[in-house]
Amino acid sequence: MAETTEPVTMIDTPIELRYRFTAGLAQSRFLRGVEQGRLLGQRCPQCKKVYVSPRGACAACGVPTDEEVEVSDTGTVTTFCVVNVPFYDQKMEIPYVSATILLDGADIGLMHLIQECPSEDVHMGMRVEAVWKPPEERTPSLESIKYFRPTGEPDADYESYGAHV
Amino acid sequence: MIDVAVVSFAQWSAREEPARNEVEILIPVVAEAIERSGIGRKEIGFTVSGSCDYLAGAPFAFVTGLDAVGAWPPIRESHVEMDGAWALYEAWVRLQHGDIDSALVYSFGKSSLGDLPIVLSQQLDPYYQAPLWLDSISAAALQARAWLNAGHDEGEMAEVAARSRRAAKDNPNAVVSGDQSAEALLREPFLVTPLRRHDCPPISDGAVAVVLAAGDRAREVCERPAWIRGIDHRIEAHGLGVRELATSASARLAGERAGVDGVDVAELHAPFSHQEPILRDALGLSNGVDVNPSGGALAANVVMGAGLTRIGEAASRIMDGRAARAVAHATSGPCLQHNLVCVLAGDAT
Repeated sequence: MAETTEPVTMIDTPIELRYRFTAGLAQSRFLRGVEQGRLLGQRCPQCKKVYVSPRGACAACGVPTDEEVEVSDTGTVTTFCVVNVPFYDQKMEIPYVSATILLDGADIGLMHLIQECPSEDVHMGMRVEAVWKPPEERTPSLESIKYFRPTGEPDADYESYGAHV
Repeated sequence: MIDVAVVSFAQWSAREEPARNEVEILIPVVAEAIERSGIGRKEIGFTVSGSCDYLAGAPFAFVTGLDAVGAWPPIRESHVEMDGAWALYEAWVRLQHGDIDSALVYSFGKSSLGDLPIVLSQQLDPYYQAPLWLDSISAAALQARAWLNAGHDEGEMAEVAARSRRAAKDNPNAVVSGDQSAEALLREPFLVTPLRRHDCPPISDGAVAVVLAAGDRAREVCERPAWIRGIDHRIEAHGLGVRELATSASARLAGERAGVDGVDVAELHAPFSHQEPILRDALGLSNGVDVNPSGGALAANVVMGAGLTRIGEAASRIMDGRAARAVAHATSGPCLQHNLVCVLAGDAT
């Protein structure tokens, strides 16, 4: 091989590390609830805000959130985007709508899909409801909700979700 | 210099915590440290943590730790991708500014989630040894061999392991403890020669938190504050081949700068048994010094928290009057690459 004085500017060192993931007590309660078609959150004892999904603690107050609260599977679109860009391992046909949904009774948005309406009809304040998979197909995953669809109710007042945008 | 002291310490560790995630482990530990400090959560002037995203295998995993402290309204906060002992160093520097008088330092980590020896080497050496798949235990074994060849024997290593396990019997957070003799330990098979299982630290999940206070604030909230009388850290070269592995030049220098003299107790972060005598020698500890009364990192090794735990263990012995002056040490990187030395003392000295 011919001698070279060119600097080495890059090396490849492929790395594969395998991990076990610990969902934790709060997330496990939430995911087991989803498996049963229920949405379980936790209320902060100080600021009274309801986290869905729960984290075991209130990020604002730094205290444990022990009180469990079941919230509705209906809610309001606070913000959304229409995905038109194809990317690696995409499971959805484009375009599709990804939205943040403030569930009734919750104080933090949940991200999910909006379907059963043209993407140009999706808007802030739109009322939506969960479309669940049949019980026998549900797993401890948010994929147990196929998507959210419009309920046809009048739009929510901005004041009811403005703090969560 | 502004005098800064450790005024409270809390920890929790276990071999494996299958149910709770990192934040759920951390929440009660932080709450306990703050409560014991007598300083209100919202009065704490600075918050800093030490953890490693490679342990969880998730980018920005450290951010979730903030759920345990209540970061709203926004707080002054920082993080080091290192052992929490270096977070404590940052807090000590921050307190020298003089505009705040307290700081919370915490660490957390679960070593049980992945293959720790390879996780650690991939974290800290992604360039030269990574393609060789060198793991942290093999790196430590190379150091142990160099140390043995410098005129030591395996019996010294077994004595360290046996004493650490005996001491750990009094430590509720110890993962490994017991009464085996050095002779019995020497009959165990090798894991990676010349290391046996007891020469290596146990896998440990846990969290640790320390509250620092400055000057009069420390005297106000704590009967016997553990004053930081010297703190320094030094690092050696990255490549193992260019270092003298049987001694620790960086620990020696940090010790000289921190002023390790007249200590009763030493809490040394020596995850491998042969590293304890290397550190004793580097810090010039006499035979009368009580080394690792907690059992040290051979008894429980919460990765990214074990160094901060050494500072907490040393400080707690000053706060409860068992020691007048103590040295705590933390290490980072393979084969004692980076060393921090912290000298703590009560008011009388």
